[in-house]
Amino acid sequence: MIVGASLAGPRTAAALRELGYDGELTIIGAEPYPPYDRPPLSKELRIVDLPYDGLRATWRLGRRAVGLDAGRRAVRLDDGTLQTGDGLVIATGACARPWPGRVPARGVFTLRSRDDALALRAELAPGRRLVVIGAGFLGGEIAAAARRRGLTVTLVEAADQPLRGALGAEAGAFLAGLHRDAGVDLRTGRTLRAFQGTDRLTAVTLDDGSTIPADLSVIALGAVAATEWLAGSGLLLDSGLRCDERLRVLRADGGPAPGIVAVGDVVRWPHPLAGGNLISLGHWTNAVEQAATAAHNLLHPHDARPYTGVPSFWSDLYGAKIRSIGLPALADEVRVAESDPAARRLEAAYLRDGRLIGAVTVNRVARLAPYRRELHAGLTAVVTR
Amino acid sequence: MRVTVDLGLCESHGQCVFAAPEVFAFDDDDNLRYESEPPAALSAQVEQAAALCPVRAVSVRRTAP
Ligand SMILES: Cc1cc2nc3c(=O)[nH]c(=O)nc-3n(C[C@H](O)[C@H](O)[C@H](O)COP(=O)(O)OP(=O)(O)OC[C@H]3O[C@@H](n4cnc5c(N)ncnc54)[C@H](O)[C@@H]3O)c2cc1C
Ligand code: SF4
Repeated sequence: MIVGASLAGPRTAAALRELGYDGELTIIGAEPYPPYDRPPLSKELRIVDLPYDGLRATWRLGRRAVGLDAGRRAVRLDDGTLQTGDGLVIATGACARPWPGRVPARGVFTLRSRDDALALRAELAPGRRLVVIGAGFLGGEIAAAARRRGLTVTLVEAADQPLRGALGAEAGAFLAGLHRDAGVDLRTGRTLRAFQGTDRLTAVTLDDGSTIPADLSVIALGAVAATEWLAGSGLLLDSGLRCDERLRVLRADGGPAPGIVAVGDVVRWPHPLAGGNLISLGHWTNAVEQAATAAHNLLHPHDARPYTGVPSFWSDLYGAKIRSIGLPALADEVRVAESDPAARRLEAAYLRDGRLIGAVTVNRVARLAPYRRELHAGLTAVVTR
Repeated sequence: MRVTVDLGLCESHGQCVFAAPEVFAFDDDDNLRYESEPPAALSAQVEQAAALCPVRAVSVRRTAP
């Protein structure tokens, strides 16, 4: 039984079949659509379906899991029925972090799902004024998509550079340049105070008291793991669903819950590259790579393997291909090998305690392979030690 | 085994290069180059490359030995 029918869930189903699992498979998903891909939602505001033929699964789409008895692996659905399974894969991903304050009835959006993308796309008309709150990867891509469609865009960021925390000051300055060159009004060091308007958004007020007239606003303040349905399940929740390094879900007492694994954005687990500290990743490739390990470990609990994927992320801004590997956010030193804003090229290595922990390139993906090899070798060494 | 990459779809994500470096590589301008008939010994890596490509540009066809 698999809960979550997006990327991680169906990919785990496919891995189970590839590994020879021949029994019943049920895939439960809250959205009433077959699986689709999220990255194109923010880049081109386009819906791209994911193909899932040949899984021989029973799909229960438009059905939300609302509770779990972890000991019996019994999932309660929103139609009141109970589903039990010999094994359970939790792949419920994440949701957009909501704005805690008041939000006008119309004009303010978040972007996580197909419905969100279609609602936003319908409003992105040329000449309209958009304020994006948060200049992370998602906020940056939305700003870029809106510029391409001829909107006036203001991008508000709390840090002094976009992605300062994730990629450091050098890459942050580089990205700030991309936004400004595209005509985005980038306001760094500023946070949202309030949305103005009751029926429809009229303006956005920032923490310095400045007011930006606006027709539309997108809140892009990150994601929160979708674990609300697991409250009271006896599983360990801690800014995500706590797993061990083998992607086995942990109980509140710290031991693995038999027959339950988790995959994708929902997982919070100790990563060897982070020195065993807990991380969560909202990365496409992470969901795909974890699926294979989780499927193996569910089928072969006595030969459960650690997950050793090298984190890998991409983002596209105004045609600049940003590629990141490892965990640059944890670096204490950045070495810039090349920075050529005119040619829109960047290559930077990220180190922690003098050791490579990540790398970022812009329009220089060819340069990533050696870094990736070094990170991969390091991870394999840690795990087999 | 026969590999084809739809270069119209490819966005230079590099996942195929990471998964199967003997088969896929970039030139200096980030254009993908690949071996279209890799040896069967590399089939697991090539399958992995196809699975990891975010835009599903890589297709693999098994040919008779
Ligand atoms: C707009 C956008 C752009 C992105 N761009 C990139 C990118 O460029 N590069 C990159 O590496 N990553 C990107 N990502 C991240 C990537 O899409 C995610 O890492 C990936 O979708 C994770 O897959 P998942 O299956 O773990 O979670 P999700 O895709 O979040 O899927 C979880 C599914 O579970 C369902 N669900 C939740 N709760 C329940 C419940 N109680 N019962 C039943 N079903 C439930 C949800 O409805 C959802 O369909 C992007 C994400 C978004 C939103
Ligand atoms: S993984 Fe796909 S998109 Fe990336 S380089 Fe290979 S073929 Fe191109």
